[in-house]
Amino acid sequence: MIPHIRTVLKGQKTITVCSVLVLVFAIITVLAPWISPHDPIKVNVAMKLKPPSAEHLLGTDHLGRDNLSRLLHGARISLGFAFLIFVSSIGIGLIVGTIAGYKGGWIDTVLMRFCEGVMAFPNLVLVLGIVGVFGPGLIQVVLALMLVQWVYYARMFRSMVVSLKERNFIIAARISGSSQWKIIKQHMIPNILPPILVMGTLEMGWAIMDISALSFLGLGIQPPTPEWGAMIHEGKSFIRSHPELMLYPGLMILFVVITFNVLGEALSERFGVKRRF
Amino acid sequence: MVSYIGKRILAIIPIVLFAILITFVLIHISPVDPAEAYLSAAHIHPTEELLAEKRHEFGLDQPLIVQYFQTVMKICRLDFGRSYLTNEPVWGEVTARMPATIQLAVSSILFAMIVSIPLGFLSAVYKNSLIDNFSRLLSFFGASIPQFWLGYLLIFFFSVKLDWLPVEGRGSWEHLVLPTMTLSLALIAIYTRLLRASVLEQLQESYVLYARTRGIKEKVIMVKHVLKIAISPVITGLGMNFGKLLTGTIIVEQVFSWPGFGRYFVEAIFNRDIPVIQCYVLLAACLFIVCNLIVDLVQLYMDPRISLKGRTDQ
Repeated sequence: MIPHIRTVLKGQKTITVCSVLVLVFAIITVLAPWISPHDPIKVNVAMKLKPPSAEHLLGTDHLGRDNLSRLLHGARISLGFAFLIFVSSIGIGLIVGTIAGYKGGWIDTVLMRFCEGVMAFPNLVLVLGIVGVFGPGLIQVVLALMLVQWVYYARMFRSMVVSLKERNFIIAARISGSSQWKIIKQHMIPNILPPILVMGTLEMGWAIMDISALSFLGLGIQPPTPEWGAMIHEGKSFIRSHPELMLYPGLMILFVVITFNVLGEALSERFGVKRRF
Repeated sequence: MVSYIGKRILAIIPIVLFAILITFVLIHISPVDPAEAYLSAAHIHPTEELLAEKRHEFGLDQPLIVQYFQTVMKICRLDFGRSYLTNEPVWGEVTARMPATIQLAVSSILFAMIVSIPLGFLSAVYKNSLIDNFSRLLSFFGASIPQFWLGYLLIFFFSVKLDWLPVEGRGSWEHLVLPTMTLSLALIAIYTRLLRASVLEQLQESYVLYARTRGIKEKVIMVKHVLKIAISPVITGLGMNFGKLLTGTIIVEQVFSWPGFGRYFVEAIFNRDIPVIQCYVLLAACLFIVCNLIVDLVQLYMDPRISLKGRTDQ
């Protein structure tokens, strides 16, 4: 595994740097409660809107909460849920797409017509519709994003499987009596891993943006939970006196999303994968 | 060609019916009871008889399949029901707010085109130059910056610090500047990259070489031949990114208190005003479908070979 990673990274400065950054984000996500200097939701009105000091490295917000701790905990929510959405939507898409492409026939037709139906909606609009019908909340937002995103992956994996199905090594495996599941597991899935890597990286960026946009609208994460989009929403009231309150979380989103986008682009060049848009 | 156009137009009917089905299913599995919502909006205490009466009035006691067809028929007559909140017909409220959103969307597309066509074209012609690097940087920022944050940054610089432009609302052209800039950056990012890639692809074609050997001026080749063909993916991109534009208007209208359809939609979500939500989601789907159809037809007009081999990008 490790020598394999080394060959992938060899001579790829962009991929290496971005991967290290992603690793750092992952560590922050996991360790946020332990590395944060303060409790992110503890209100201390006496300390409100303080400038940066030794105790509060990035100052405090309008309720006296430590900005740095809130940003670190925000990473936990944004990245954690983006990861959940990415894993589940690619997972569902992979299963449905492989079944549709491999089986063909009416199963394929039904599944793909369904996907086309969902794709008839601009995706964030459908997400908002689902959240609107079931009410605002983090669970609803995450479920809605999953429900809407997987169809794109199902379509992509289906077309890959259809073209793989006719390749000689698959035909050979079939002739030599491998079971359908074995062919799917051993021959098809390894061949579609690079696109999964590329799509997954880009998906992380989109998911972080979508989650923060929904929280900004007030539909996702509810206060006082620290989340970057929700923090910008809270900070906007202080745009005249304390612009840094909305500046920090925005910079975090920008930085993380740019890292994922640059990594996705570099990976797609490295593996020769076509991008979605 | 006529039969191709006819087929494409007929093909949208089942998609629209399916889109209606999805919103229909969503509403039927939602925990909100329309009869109860109407009564409580009208400040009437919901008794059992009143609820049953209202349910009968809405046709909620009919079999689901009948209800679905009634919904389709109503939507064909542009009857989206009444808002739970104001008890006004939804369609009237929507048409009143539509012009503001259309104004914002159109001005953003125009601005994005004005910036990205020259930028994308020049960064392909002068590949790896200063302008190419600038457009690459701009594209990465445009694709990664959260729109709502960009909106507040612009408000901070242009309204709070410099005091040049108004913070929010709609009225004069000055109100339009910041929302348009916010909304168009994401589009500029996409179109610039699309056009650059497409121009670079065209430059490899043999007709460019032939035109050069014939001694046609470089400027003429670029503008009259290359750009004319290379612009086609940008037009496709316009249709495909319509969804991004629409969700963009929702967020931008929220940031700048722009009195449009998107803002109305977000208010409806907070109030669980299901008829308005249904209307928005459905209209968005229909617009998205029609937009893609128009894009296909424009492409057909530009390259009639498409009708023979089907859509190229599929």
